[in-house]
Amino acid sequence: MISPMEKFRKTEVYKSIFRHKYDDTPRNRALQIVDNVFLHLHPVRIARHATNIGYTWGMGGITFLLFLVLTLTGVILMFYYRPTAQYAYDDMKYLMHDVPFGPLIRNMHRWAAHAMVITVMLHMFRVFLTGSYKPPRQFNWVIGVVLLLLTFLLSFSGYLLPWDQLSIWAVTVGTNMARATPLLGSEGPFGPQLGMKPNADVRFVLLGGTQVGPPTLLRFYVGHCIFLPLIATIFMVVHFWRIRKDGGISGPETGKKNF
Amino acid sequence: MGRKSFLSYAGWLSFLSFLAISTIGSLRYMFPRVLFEPPSKFKAGLPSDYVIGEVNEQYKDTQRIWIVREKEGFYALIAICTHLGCTPRWLAAENKFKCPCHGSGYYKNGINFEGPTPRPLERAQITLNDDGEIVIDKSIKFRYELGQWGQPGSFLKYTG
Repeated sequence: MISPMEKFRKTEVYKSIFRHKYDDTPRNRALQIVDNVFLHLHPVRIARHATNIGYTWGMGGITFLLFLVLTLTGVILMFYYRPTAQYAYDDMKYLMHDVPFGPLIRNMHRWAAHAMVITVMLHMFRVFLTGSYKPPRQFNWVIGVVLLLLTFLLSFSGYLLPWDQLSIWAVTVGTNMARATPLLGSEGPFGPQLGMKPNADVRFVLLGGTQVGPPTLLRFYVGHCIFLPLIATIFMVVHFWRIRKDGGISGPETGKKNF
Repeated sequence: MGRKSFLSYAGWLSFLSFLAISTIGSLRYMFPRVLFEPPSKFKAGLPSDYVIGEVNEQYKDTQRIWIVREKEGFYALIAICTHLGCTPRWLAAENKFKCPCHGSGYYKNGINFEGPTPRPLERAQITLNDDGEIVIDKSIKFRYELGQWGQPGSFLKYTG
């Protein structure tokens, strides 16, 4: 007698969704991975040393996981947050007091942001200690530094969004530093000579004005939610691709590789 | 059951429970506990402000309510056409409500008699408070076709 489950597995509906069986042959294993849009982004096989957490620390992967957590919690937060001076702070309070699980989502977002900065640094530290920046992987280190800067910018822009005292003064101090930038700031070396003025320099572009105000909030919100994540995604894609092309996560130096 | 299959079941059960609870949590997240919408209750003056036999349009624009006084008392009609939701007009000369969108027509008591509307206008709860003022609660509705027009609150008896 065929069990109901086996009968179900022979129906056209089932076969149209689950296209391969679970035969444990190398061919079928590879086929299952390669034919799935989500799984095929991973390599079909990884080297044995890739799972050595004592060596790799896994911090790059954890950083990426935190990025995904931040994206998901960020989208969920967007259902209640309005990026205007009139509403931003009150919407944050609303999330914390009147929305079920609101505090959980907001706190997850905040903790993941802090954790991501830390894991990025740990990742950099590990890459340095294991010499994984050496040829042919030198340029990937450069891309990693750009990703580090993007992480900092994402943190900085996100910090403004609650629109409380900490936010506004942090951004004031940060953008005041921007006006001291050489060549691009109105109070930096060679800035005035190049025509930089308080209403026409890099600080003005960041703030959308001459002081921190509603245009700043909107600008930082679009940067935080759309622009910086898109740029970060592009750089991450290149970063991961280069690792793949260079033979996967780096391992201790051995005579031969175990695949 | 061996250890391997037990762990397999346990693992899948944990994962599916996590998915289920996350889904329920996300759904619950979408329903905030506090809303900032205008209150559904409002005061509509004293009974003596109204004329017997007249459809009062004083609160039509602000609250979307007509207040009708008959000899026996008051009722409040909700000015939302039961066809597709437009605001009908009261045509005093022809003694009927007429919706400008698709021509639905209602008698003064709210019963539909012409046009595409499938059912009568709804009535809102109308009561008297301790100060003798008329209080209307738009969140409590009475439908004729469900036999609710006899229920308390659907008609305010007043012969004073």
